[in-house]
Amino acid sequence: MEYILIFITAIFVNNVILSQFLGICPFLGVSKKIETATGMGMAVAFVLTIATIVTYLIQKFILDPLNIGYLQTIAFILVIAALVQMVEIILKKVSPSLYQALGVFLPLITTNCCILGVAILVIQKNYDLLTGVIYAISTALGFALALIIFAGIREQLNMVNIPKGMRGMSIALVTAGLLAMAFMGFSGVDRGLAAAWGL
Amino acid sequence: MNYFKILMNGIVKENPTFVLLLGMCPTLGTTSSAINGMGMGLATMFVLICSNVVISLIKNLVPDMVRIPIFVVVIASFVTLLQMVMQAYVPDLYATLGLFIPLIVVNCILLGRAEAFAAKNGPVASMFDGLGMGLGFTIALTLLGGVREFLGTGKIFNITIMPEQYGMLVFVLAPGAFIVLGYLIAIVNRLKKA
Repeated sequence: MEYILIFITAIFVNNVILSQFLGICPFLGVSKKIETATGMGMAVAFVLTIATIVTYLIQKFILDPLNIGYLQTIAFILVIAALVQMVEIILKKVSPSLYQALGVFLPLITTNCCILGVAILVIQKNYDLLTGVIYAISTALGFALALIIFAGIREQLNMVNIPKGMRGMSIALVTAGLLAMAFMGFSGVDRGLAAAWGL
Repeated sequence: MNYFKILMNGIVKENPTFVLLLGMCPTLGTTSSAINGMGMGLATMFVLICSNVVISLIKNLVPDMVRIPIFVVVIASFVTLLQMVMQAYVPDLYATLGLFIPLIVVNCILLGRAEAFAAKNGPVASMFDGLGMGLGFTIALTLLGGVREFLGTGKIFNITIMPEQYGMLVFVLAPGAFIVLGYLIAIVNRLKKA
């Protein structure tokens, strides 16, 4: 039950883009078409899960025992950058079809703040490894959900007549605001469920 | 090189928030009030100036192949330094900005300026570029934070301007960030054409 609660909270209540503001750059950058949005969402899910496991192990087995927790930021960003490179090389060799689908998006992911953000959050919230992985997967699903919905809206927006000054990023941001408002409707669901399940 | 020109380039012509649209996560995430926005802007400016100067000093020693990882390490070191200083002297602001301080590392403005400016210019010019870009970012964040704080709570910098019950809370919450930034960009677009 606890895991289901984390799952629902991370996707709907504390959506990574619309309420925590992590990963806005890809959200605005690659949301012009549903296809690319889906690809980006999958790539993020893939990397985020692996990165969370690796950074968790590094924190628990290297940084904590040596008492060098202050190096967290440097260690994590280097690990994530190296990991993305590695995933790219391995995918190219092992699964060319998957590489074709995700390839373009992989280099962009290093500078996606939701990867580093989630890695740090998992440590800050004191999750164990399994909970951390579930949290990472649900966050990535929340990211993909918001990205795909937003891409769908933007495809429709192409067909309407928008005032000159609002074209481009301006109308996209206002649309995102309305989407965030819709997601605000979920606020409180997590507390309600927690109370109902007696957690 | 005209240093004043470099400075104004960052503040007006290539404003990182309104024109280049870089570093959107902290822009939206930390601007629930003018003070928070300004704090975030100044923190980013500190890292930007330091990393720009150091990168322009070491640019000839760094092999082209491993350029990006080295730039990232330089930026991450200054962010770690900033984290420690803020924890020691402004713990309240540090707690409010929270996750977004370590996330300065992945702010595209820093790596972008390192690549586009510091890797090609001398340390003094790079310092002015960092200052200009940092000020442009700080001004944009303070403006956004100020507008959100005013519409949401009727205050600016904690000074009451209109009674609080007229405030629209939604502007302090997540959706307000997107909407206010969207309209500010529209206004900037309009002014640019005029």
